[in-house]
Amino acid sequence: MLEIRNLHVSYGGIAALHGISLEVPAGSIVTLIGGNGAGKSSTLRAISGIAKVASGSIVFEGRDITNKPAHEIVALGMAHSPEGRMVFSNLTVLENLHMGAHLRRDRVAISSDLERIFTLFPRLKERLQQAAGTLSGGEQQMLAIARALMSKPKCLLLDEPSLGIAPILVQTIFSRIVEINRELGLTILLVEQNANLALRIASHGYVLETGRIILNDTTESLRTNPAVRSAYLGEERAT
Amino acid sequence: MKKHIAHLALVAGLAASVALYAIAPQLDDYAVNIFVLAGINIILAVSLNLVNGHTGQFSLGHAGFMAAGAYTSSIITLTLAPALASAPAWQAQAAFFSALLAGGLFASFCGFLVGVPSLRLRGDYLAIVTLGFGEIIRVVIQNTNALGGARGLEGIPPYTNLLWTFGIATVAIYVVASLVNSTYGRGFISVRDDEIAAEAMGINTTKYKVAAFVIGAFFAGLAGGLYAHFISYIAPEGFNFLKSVDVVVMVILGGMGSTPGVAAAAVLLTLMNELLRDFEQYRMIVFALLLIILMIVRPQGLLGNFQRRKRKAPQP
Repeated sequence: MLEIRNLHVSYGGIAALHGISLEVPAGSIVTLIGGNGAGKSSTLRAISGIAKVASGSIVFEGRDITNKPAHEIVALGMAHSPEGRMVFSNLTVLENLHMGAHLRRDRVAISSDLERIFTLFPRLKERLQQAAGTLSGGEQQMLAIARALMSKPKCLLLDEPSLGIAPILVQTIFSRIVEINRELGLTILLVEQNANLALRIASHGYVLETGRIILNDTTESLRTNPAVRSAYLGEERAT
Repeated sequence: MKKHIAHLALVAGLAASVALYAIAPQLDDYAVNIFVLAGINIILAVSLNLVNGHTGQFSLGHAGFMAAGAYTSSIITLTLAPALASAPAWQAQAAFFSALLAGGLFASFCGFLVGVPSLRLRGDYLAIVTLGFGEIIRVVIQNTNALGGARGLEGIPPYTNLLWTFGIATVAIYVVASLVNSTYGRGFISVRDDEIAAEAMGINTTKYKVAAFVIGAFFAGLAGGLYAHFISYIAPEGFNFLKSVDVVVMVILGGMGSTPGVAAAAVLLTLMNELLRDFEQYRMIVFALLLIILMIVRPQGLLGNFQRRKRKAPQP
């Protein structure tokens, strides 16, 4: 569904990605793990058209989307939930969700999608008229994911959904991500620092280090890989 | 619901403009003077608020757009003046209105010109570019003899009255308020809140930023035209950087992104300028002190509601 070949991204002369290649098959959850500054967010930003691609290609459903404007990429069915839960803090929860459906004109389907989102995240329904900036961190993250879903995407890019969130909510959010994949049938590219969690829900994983992919395997073998275990899984026993 | 209120406000504002116009002959010239200046300031502040407040693009070039509108409309009415002198009043007023519109359109064209190259810039950098652009407009006028150069233009027919001023101010408030409260208009706020997230949602941030500049400049151009046809004399010096700062102060004092707030601040600052005349040479010091105190006591502005929108009681 999504194929990246030899992708280079740089910010004002400083290279963030030195030619990475990865593949996300339709209907799967693929994760990209790695430490700070490895280039995880840059990869997602390049895919969604926010960061400029220096060279290489990004192909989405057989269409070349390299360096296309972000709004055109969204229209093709790619949604990006950016890092640090960037919700529109001055708009209400409902307005945020409508901003996600910004490019859609099918009013009826939008309201049925809203209902589906409320069954996924009932908490959001309770807070519809509240300014998004007043939500808790976890609620904002749910809103960021829900907002991305409102564009009715085929592929969802999730950037660090566990960042700075209470552990109990992290569990909820991750089980929702699995539901979005299984029940709504969305393909997901998940970027995470919490490698343990990410490797548990994804089928395939890529390990990124300073702009290069150093490992690429099924999550099962990555979890037992000694290098991954010592670098990213810490003391915790991978289950 | 919100729409009904906006339409109601539009009708009420227009009615109030007519009422003001009707009682104008009973008011002394000084009062009319203050009313008109307050109205022009409302237009300037509300239109700049669309750019600085709602869209979050810090512009310091509003006086430049005002100058573009003032000169365009003045040149038109001055050229037509000999023909209009003997024409019936309604024709003169129609010509004046067309000249105002032309001024607004030319100003919005200037807004487009400054909007496009500035899109890649944010915050301080954008402020400097818009500041430079405003100064360029002023310096070009200053060095163009056909526009009167540094001497300015004089003898501009005084067509501006309370009806025009408050009619246009009402329309400016209506347009900006209903734009921002519409589905389309929430795009402006999303660009301000988080540009990257807005882009990721498929919002064409470029389009919104240019639209804000173009609409903001259009009303600044109208305000410039009204000002020129009220004072009857314009010079490049009147549209310098300090004039832009005056408008920015109104926006910040009123509360970035609050249309009623900046309109109130525009009126308040116009009145304050007059009321403080008793302090004579200390006027500007008192004025500055009041601003400082206000900013300490209410940093979000008079009616600023951003980040502090009322929270509905959470349901269990």
